Amino acid sequence: MTSARRKTYGVKGAPYLFLLPATLLFALFFALPIGYALWLSLHKIEVKGLGLGKGARQETWAGLGNYADALSDPELLDGALRVLGYGAIVVPVMLGLALLFALMLDTDRVRLAPFSRLAIFLPYAIPGVIAALLWGFLYLPDLSPFHFVLDKLGLPQPDLLDGGPLYLSLSNIAVWGGTGFNMIVIYTSLRAIPAEVYEAARLDGCSQLQIALRIKIPMVAPSLVLTFFFSIIATLQVFSEPTTLRPLTNSLSTTWSPLMKVYQDAFGKGDTYSAAATAVIIAVVTLVLSFGFLRAANSRNKQEEAR
Amino acid sequence: MPFTLRRRLRPAAATAVAVALGASTLAACGSSDDDSEEAQSGPVSLTYWTWAPGMDKVADIWNKGPGKKAQIKVVVKKQASGDTLVTKILTAAKAGKAPDLVQAEYQALATLVSNDVLADISGEVEGVDKEFAPGIWQQVTLGSDAVYAIPQDSAPMAFYYREDLFKKYGLEVPKTWDEFAETARQLKKKDPGKDLTTFSANDSGLFAGLAQQAGAKWWTVDGDKWKVGIDDAATQKVADFWGGLVEEDAIDNQPMYTPAWNKALNTGKQIAWVSAVWAPGTLTTAAPDTKGKWAMAPLPQWTEGESVTGSWGGSTIAVTNDSKNKAAAAKFSTWLNTDPEALAALVKEGGIYPAATAAQTGDALSQAPEFFSNQPDFYTEAAEIAKNTAPAAWGPNVNVAYTTFKDAFGKAAKNKSDFGAALTTMQDATVADLKKQGFEVAE
Repeated sequence: MTSARRKTYGVKGAPYLFLLPATLLFALFFALPIGYALWLSLHKIEVKGLGLGKGARQETWAGLGNYADALSDPELLDGALRVLGYGAIVVPVMLGLALLFALMLDTDRVRLAPFSRLAIFLPYAIPGVIAALLWGFLYLPDLSPFHFVLDKLGLPQPDLLDGGPLYLSLSNIAVWGGTGFNMIVIYTSLRAIPAEVYEAARLDGCSQLQIALRIKIPMVAPSLVLTFFFSIIATLQVFSEPTTLRPLTNSLSTTWSPLMKVYQDAFGKGDTYSAAATAVIIAVVTLVLSFGFLRAANSRNKQEEAR
Repeated sequence: MPFTLRRRLRPAAATAVAVALGASTLAACGSSDDDSEEAQSGPVSLTYWTWAPGMDKVADIWNKGPGKKAQIKVVVKKQASGDTLVTKILTAAKAGKAPDLVQAEYQALATLVSNDVLADISGEVEGVDKEFAPGIWQQVTLGSDAVYAIPQDSAPMAFYYREDLFKKYGLEVPKTWDEFAETARQLKKKDPGKDLTTFSANDSGLFAGLAQQAGAKWWTVDGDKWKVGIDDAATQKVADFWGGLVEEDAIDNQPMYTPAWNKALNTGKQIAWVSAVWAPGTLTTAAPDTKGKWAMAPLPQWTEGESVTGSWGGSTIAVTNDSKNKAAAAKFSTWLNTDPEALAALVKEGGIYPAATAAQTGDALSQAPEFFSNQPDFYTEAAEIAKNTAPAAWGPNVNVAYTTFKDAFGKAAKNKSDFGAALTTMQDATVADLKKQGFEVAE
C-alpha cells in the first residue's frame, strides 16, 4: 500500500517537475520583463526644485496618467496612421508578389528553379538596416542612379524621400526584403499538395491557370493567412527602415512610427515611464489586430468546411 | 551618424530612468571619504569610459609614468559617442555600476548631475580652474561651488570656406551675417547650381552654438526655478536669419552628414561650412578630394567689428558617484586635461582641440592639421577665435530641446516655412517637459 501510494505521488509530481524549466524560463524571460514594463508604465519621475543634487528625483505612482498622456498625444495617432498607410502598400504588394512567384516556381515549365528561388529569397538574408542604408543611397537625389537616368532623359525627378513617394520608398524596402521569405512559406505549402490532386484536375481538363486559381490558391489559403498575420505584425513594428533613413531627409521625424516614438521617449528624452506605457498600448493593439484577424480567418474556414 | 566618422561629440540624449541612487553613492562625505583614502594606500585600478580615439595610448603614458608612481592604473573602455553613452552611463549608475571616469559633453552635465551620477570633485581640484577660460570652467560647475568635471576639449566655431572657389566666383569672406547672406545670394546669381552652405536640422548643436554667439541663454536659474529662454530675442534673430535664407532659396535645406552632403562638399556644390575647430577631421573623411583647398576664418558677426563665437560640441571628463576612488580619479582627470605631456598626446593620438588655455597656443598645436596644410597658422588663428567664446547655459533637459529641434526645424526647413514657429515649438516642448517632470519653471 504505502509503496503504491508513494508511486502515485511520484507520478502526480512528475508533470510539475517537467513543467518547471519551461515555467521558470517563461517567468524569467517573458513574464518578468512584461511585468516590469507594466510597473514602469504606472510610475513617473518627480523632480523637486532645480533637480540638482541628491534625492532631487523620486519615482512616484502615476496611475494611468502615462496611458492618458500617450493616448491623447496626437503624434502617436499620426504615427499610427502613417504606419497604416505604409502597411496598406506593403502587405498587399508583398504578399501578392510572393504568391505570384511561388505559383510561377511551382509550374512544371519553370527553368532554373533553384537559382530563381534563391535569388528571390536572398534579400531576406540581408539585415533590415543594411537594406535601408543601401536603398537610402539609391534614393538620395545627388547619388541616385535613377535620378541620373531620369535627368539624362530629360524627365522630372521626383524626390523619393518626401511626401507620397516617401511611403513608396519605404514600402519598397520592406517588399524587397520580405517577399522572398513569404514566397518560401507559400511555396513550401504548394509543394505539400499531393500530386494526385493535379492529376485529377488535368484529367478533368483544367489548364495551368485554372489549376493555379481553383486548386493551388484555395489549398494554400492557411499559409496565406499565416503570412498575412506575420506581415501585419511586422508592419506595426516598423522601426529600423525609417530610423535608418531619418538622417537623410527632413521628411522623416524622430516619431514617424509608433515604435520610433517609444524609442525616442526612452532614449531621446529619457522618459522610460511614458515609453513603457506607449509600448504596452502598441502591444495590445498589435495583439487585438493580429488575433482578431486570425479568428476571423478561422471562423471563415470553419464555415466553409461546414458547407 | 552612420555616414561620417565624427570627432565631435554628439548631442546628449537621455535622462533615462532615474531613481534616486541612495546610500551606495554618497559623494564627498563621511564613510566614503575614508574608503577612498584607504583605497589610495594600495594600488588602485580605475575604469574610464570614452569615445575619443587613441585614448588607450594616452592612458598608457599615465600608467607607465605618473600613474605607476601613484599606484593608480587606468583601464580605458572604448564607448559609442555622445548621446548613446549618456544613456548607458545613466543605466549603469542606476545599477550602481557606473565606471570611475566618464567622458561627457558639456550640455550633458546638467542631465547627469540631475540624475545624481557625477561626484563633486571641488575638493580635489583646487586651482585647476586657472588652466581654463572662465566661460568653459563655468560649464563644469553649473554656476555653483561644486565641480562636476574637468574640461577636455572645446569647440569654438568658425567659418570654413573653399578658398579656390571663393576666388573663382569673386566672393569676399563675409565678416558679418548680413555679408554672409549677401555672399549666398551672389553665388546663386553666378551659378544657380551651387550653394554657399546648407541649413541642417539634424544636428542641434550647430544651432545652439549659433544662438550662443548671438547672446542666447537657453537655460538659466532664477532662484529655485529654471528659466527657459530658447525663444529669446537672440535665438529668434538667428532662426529668422536662417529661415529667411532657406525661404528665398539662397542656401540649401538638406541635412548634413549624409552621403549627398559629403558629395556636395567633395565636388564643390557647397562651398562653405559653418563649423567648429574639429572641422578638419570631418572634412578629411567627407570631402577627401578637397584637401588643401579650404580655409578657416572667424565666424561672421552680428555687429561689425565684434569677434564673438559660439561652441559646437566639446567634452569633459567626470568622476562618478559610484567610484570608490574619487580622489584618484580626479587626479587622473586633472593630469589628462592639464599636464603638458598628456595634452600633447591628446592632440597627437586623439586629434583633440584641448580646452586648457596653455595648450591652445603650445607646441602641441604648432602644426596645422594636414587637411589645412595651406593654412599654416590654423591653430594660432583658432586660439584667437577661441578667446572670445560666448558662455553656454545648459539645463537638465537639453535632450528634449535637441530632439524637438530636429523634428520642428526639419519640418520647417523642408516646407521652407517660418523658423520662428519652429522655435516656439522647441521652447514649448522644453518647458512642458520640465513641468511634467516636476521642475519649478519660471515663466
